Amino acid sequence: MKTFVYIDHFKGEVQPASWEALGLAKSFGAAIALVFGTGVDAVAKAALEYGADEVLVADDASLADYRAETYASTLTSLASSQSPNLILFPTTARTREMAAMSAVDLNTGVLTDVSALEVNGESFISTRPIYEGKLIEKTVCSGKPVMATIRGRAFPKPNREEGKSGTITKVAAAGEAKSTVEGYSASESAVNLGDAGVIVSGGRGVSNNPSLTPPAGMDEKQAEIWRAQQGFALVTELAQLLGGAVGASRAAVDGGYITYAHQVGQTGKVVAPDLYIACGISGAIQHLVGMRNAKVIVAINKDADAPIFKQARYGVVGDLFQILPALTEAMKKKLGK
Amino acid sequence: MKIIACIKQVPDSEAKVKAEGGQVSWGDAPLVINPFDEYAVEGALQQKEISGGTVTALCVGPESAKEALKHALAMGADEAVLVSDATLNDLDTVGAAKVLAAAIQKIGGADMVVFGRQTLDNGAGLTPAQTARVLGWPMLGLAGQIKVDGGSVQVERVLEEGRQSMKANLPAVLSVVQSIGEPRYPSFMGIRKASKATIPVWSLSDIGASAPAPIVTRTELMNPPAQETATEMITGETPAEIAEKLADKIIAEKVL
Ligand SMILES: Cc1cc2nc3c(=O)[nH]c(=O)nc-3n(C[C@H](O)[C@H](O)[C@H](O)COP(=O)(O)OP(=O)(O)OC[C@H]3O[C@@H](n4cnc5c(N)ncnc54)[C@H](O)[C@@H]3O)c2cc1C
Ligand SMILES: Nc1ncnc2c1ncn2[C@@H]1O[C@H](COP(=O)(O)O)[C@@H](O)[C@H]1O
Repeated sequence: MKTFVYIDHFKGEVQPASWEALGLAKSFGAAIALVFGTGVDAVAKAALEYGADEVLVADDASLADYRAETYASTLTSLASSQSPNLILFPTTARTREMAAMSAVDLNTGVLTDVSALEVNGESFISTRPIYEGKLIEKTVCSGKPVMATIRGRAFPKPNREEGKSGTITKVAAAGEAKSTVEGYSASESAVNLGDAGVIVSGGRGVSNNPSLTPPAGMDEKQAEIWRAQQGFALVTELAQLLGGAVGASRAAVDGGYITYAHQVGQTGKVVAPDLYIACGISGAIQHLVGMRNAKVIVAINKDADAPIFKQARYGVVGDLFQILPALTEAMKKKLGK
Repeated sequence: MKIIACIKQVPDSEAKVKAEGGQVSWGDAPLVINPFDEYAVEGALQQKEISGGTVTALCVGPESAKEALKHALAMGADEAVLVSDATLNDLDTVGAAKVLAAAIQKIGGADMVVFGRQTLDNGAGLTPAQTARVLGWPMLGLAGQIKVDGGSVQVERVLEEGRQSMKANLPAVLSVVQSIGEPRYPSFMGIRKASKATIPVWSLSDIGASAPAPIVTRTELMNPPAQETATEMITGETPAEIAEKLADKIIAEKVL
């Protein structure tokens, strides 16, 4: 059994689920890591340390910026010449595109968002949630190689063996880019909800603190956003203390309180942290489908009838502007921070 | 500008979806336009407003999917086309991409084809890139903003790491996300126009395509294990007391 594992990274910063994919590949047999980009030696080295049997590196100017077309063509060319049985990817915006395109080239299919993968003779049976997690399906792919993007945090992360060496082979890039990257905006900082172990989220409720007086000269909307920012500061403080990420409901995003990258739910990210703390979020179905697979859910809401409490392991009926700072204090003490 | 918006019909997200006898059942819940595809229609209409031209809504699906197309017409799309064929029941995304590409060619091509991010039912978010690959057009995925300038299009992609600005020549395939703006409500005039519209239905032979053999197939369908969450409400005299108890509970869960 030979498995390719595509190591997804952004400017050298690896998506942790790439290592989870590598661990899964090792459980089937030989695992060959693929690293594309420029100046990616550190990523290739890390792949060996996480257990890759070999690393194929396509280091080429045409791959400096991710473009779906060139990344897919490079993958297609490697898959055609080396005939792996399986190609694994972490599920990210980039891998969905390149896997999708390469599958067209190779006349095979992509199993997406896989939360379990079993081998059955020559084929692989994947388990994945569908209909927003309301159902679970098992699927097979009759094409070769089988491609699968795995869900973050669904498979164990292998241990890293610092300094472990191995074969790194340079391979050629392929394909022609059909687009140009003009730049990245720094205004939105990285939000990695997908692999966060802890997420503290804020909803419309974070703007609801009438006792706060906004600076003079703000209109009503500006004042609301200003209040929400004070609320999100409390959310962020707790998230940082717990080493987690900040999430949001759509109402908070639509209200202009925080950027879309933070949105959890049907039209945002589907997440599965160990701990999810929902603050001032009512618990609409479209939000729930994004977070109900969290191991432990805590809800803080003023309204005892808010539907979020039905999903929560622990609930507090109260004002988040009072509960959150107190919780952060209590946590600091208990965690010795 | 000639713009095509690809849309699908799905059970409403409020529907209680269950597995029954190996089949998906949503009871009598309504079928609606895939919510992500409303953004695709919205994005297409915005571009039409700026550059002029037409928006055609395109769907591969059963006869009932005409209702979803009517929603797009009511929002302001100029035309709608349904590709429907009895052989298309087990369509996977590669198959959908091939059929969509053939239909796009049959329509006479386009300057821009706009997709939603993914389908709500068994969606994988693969179809847009696969359609682009079949057509050989550039793919600009997850656009939160679109700007057409002469023969090229520039988008702001919304990625995990932030926004990325990307440019390509037309014709191009785009997928859009929520940042594009709230989908407009159908106007009264729009609804009237849509209710009177006759939507052409094309078979596979009409578009010169053959039924794609499914590569990804379902072998089993299950209801998720029942989630028994017994909620424990934490109470106390003061926020500090509540916080103290809650902190202990969280630490005892060993999730940190
Ligand atoms: C097609 C579609 C897709 C959608 N996708 C998403 C999605 O991806 N993600 C998403 O989240 N939503 C999504 N929604 C929207 C969803 O239906 C809800 O409107 C949204 O989740 C509500 O956000 P909220 O809970 O923050 O706001 P609200 O429902 O307004 O709830 C605010 C809550 O805060 C509480 N509160 C107020 N003040 C305080 C305070 N001081 N302290 C404590 N609690 C307080 C209130 O009691 C209330 O329960 C979608 C909707 C549609 C139709
Ligand atoms: N049968 C279909 N007819 C028209 N468009 C479709 C169809 N299936 C998928 N799409 C489009 O492709 C996008 C992604 O779908 P999917 O890959 O199934 O998640 C959707 O948001 C639609 O824009």
